[in-house]
Amino acid sequence: MMTEVIVVLAKLISGANVRWVGCLPDARQRIYFANHTSNLDTVVLWAALPPDARAQTRPVAARDYWTAGKLRPYLAKKIFRAVLIERKKVTARDNPVEQMLAALEEKSSLIIFPEGGRQSGPEMAPFKSGLYHLAKKRADVEFIPVLIDNLNRILPKGEVLPVPVLSCISFGAPIRVEEKETKAAFLERAREAVNRLRQT
Amino acid sequence: MKFKLDQQTVWLVGGVIGFLALATGIGGWLAARAPSEAAQTTIKNLNARIRAWWVMLFVFGLALLTGGIGSVILFGLTSFLALREFVTLTPTKLSDHRSLFWAFFIITPLQYYLVAIRWYGLFVVLIPVYAFLFIPIRSVVGGDCDRFLERTAKIQWALMVCVYCVSHAPAILSLEIPGYEGQGAKLLFYFVLVVQMSDVLQYVWGKLLGKHKIAPHVSPNKTWEGFIGGILSATLLGTGLWWATPFSPWQASGMSLAITLMGFGGGLVMSAIKRDRGVKDYGNLIEGHGGVMDRIDSICFAAPVFFHLTRFYFT
Repeated sequence: MMTEVIVVLAKLISGANVRWVGCLPDARQRIYFANHTSNLDTVVLWAALPPDARAQTRPVAARDYWTAGKLRPYLAKKIFRAVLIERKKVTARDNPVEQMLAALEEKSSLIIFPEGGRQSGPEMAPFKSGLYHLAKKRADVEFIPVLIDNLNRILPKGEVLPVPVLSCISFGAPIRVEEKETKAAFLERAREAVNRLRQT
Repeated sequence: MKFKLDQQTVWLVGGVIGFLALATGIGGWLAARAPSEAAQTTIKNLNARIRAWWVMLFVFGLALLTGGIGSVILFGLTSFLALREFVTLTPTKLSDHRSLFWAFFIITPLQYYLVAIRWYGLFVVLIPVYAFLFIPIRSVVGGDCDRFLERTAKIQWALMVCVYCVSHAPAILSLEIPGYEGQGAKLLFYFVLVVQMSDVLQYVWGKLLGKHKIAPHVSPNKTWEGFIGGILSATLLGTGLWWATPFSPWQASGMSLAITLMGFGGGLVMSAIKRDRGVKDYGNLIEGHGGVMDRIDSICFAAPVFFHLTRFYFT
């Protein structure tokens, strides 16, 4: 019930036009990796998925942000079933990649933001290496680039009140680590795959 | 104000239902015998437009049935959606965020509140005076001077077209015309009908006879044949429906000519903005038509003129 309410709210606020450019909506196991400019990214991308895919998709999110206050922990735990990761002091014990791999073992799909935090400007930051390690270990999972456009105008970093302009979410074609591809080359290619969706 | 379901309104609405039923029939007949793929696409779009017209007629009819308040809310929501499409297409900077918040959530509802309580004096100046002064002040507090005039003008123009102009349509309900008391809803229906039929007839004449482009750089689908045929036949229609209005036949034809010409101008201006931004439609909310803005561009420009002509000469 709460889930449906949040999905409808997210769609209303974002007015999201959802485009499946390089793949079709499907409930198979996937990792959606997207650019990150707004606190609304997680919920809007999650709401854009078809219900069956959404039911098994868990966003990967920063523990420090989602455990603060009352509402956020409730949303993270009960609604999104988020995989909460440590982004400040990463130790061997709570290595984010291990947590994500564990969630993949349970047949979940994931939403990740490989820039590691929200950007204020239009340029995407370089991707963190976690995406490469995941892609290397789980070649059987589809890695889908996702471009979230205009959400930073709805709720920019540092603002509390949203402005209801229309946003657009584009899903691209899956990518994988090619043979002999270096970590840096793959991460750059993945970032380019997200960026290129702007032109389609 | 309570809506009076008088004989004339029944005729007006019944006529529109009959016309739509006829259009649906013709659309189905055309779809069955479209010769080429291109014709198929055109007719598919035509039928989508007709289906959307049924929905719009239903929503508008319901709003009118509630008396004044439903129409004010309907046009308020329309303004909100149009503003949303307009601002989406207009590049604003992040430093405009707070000004935009005011435009959406304070100024727009306030304007329609003034329509609802019929405070004419503030209604006509709220946006072109107070909002126009307040928006740049709110922006300058943000401290970003980059392209300041341009950014301010964009938000002002968005408010002007999407909110101020559109709000003159439900404001028709507040006009007190001697001998025509309590029939504002019928006049609003008449106004929307003539303006929208002018769009439809321009489209039909253009598709049937259109050869000479009227503004190839702005709107490649608009032709002289569509323009002249559409304006003349819509004016004729508006004249023929004079019995539903407080106007005499001659006055009705003058009114119809004024609003169809303004509507045509509005369509062209909004097209120019779309071309400049490199898009075909403002949105995709109304199937076949595009966005809300694509459907109401002619109303935006015609409503203030119709409102003031009526107010000046008939109240």
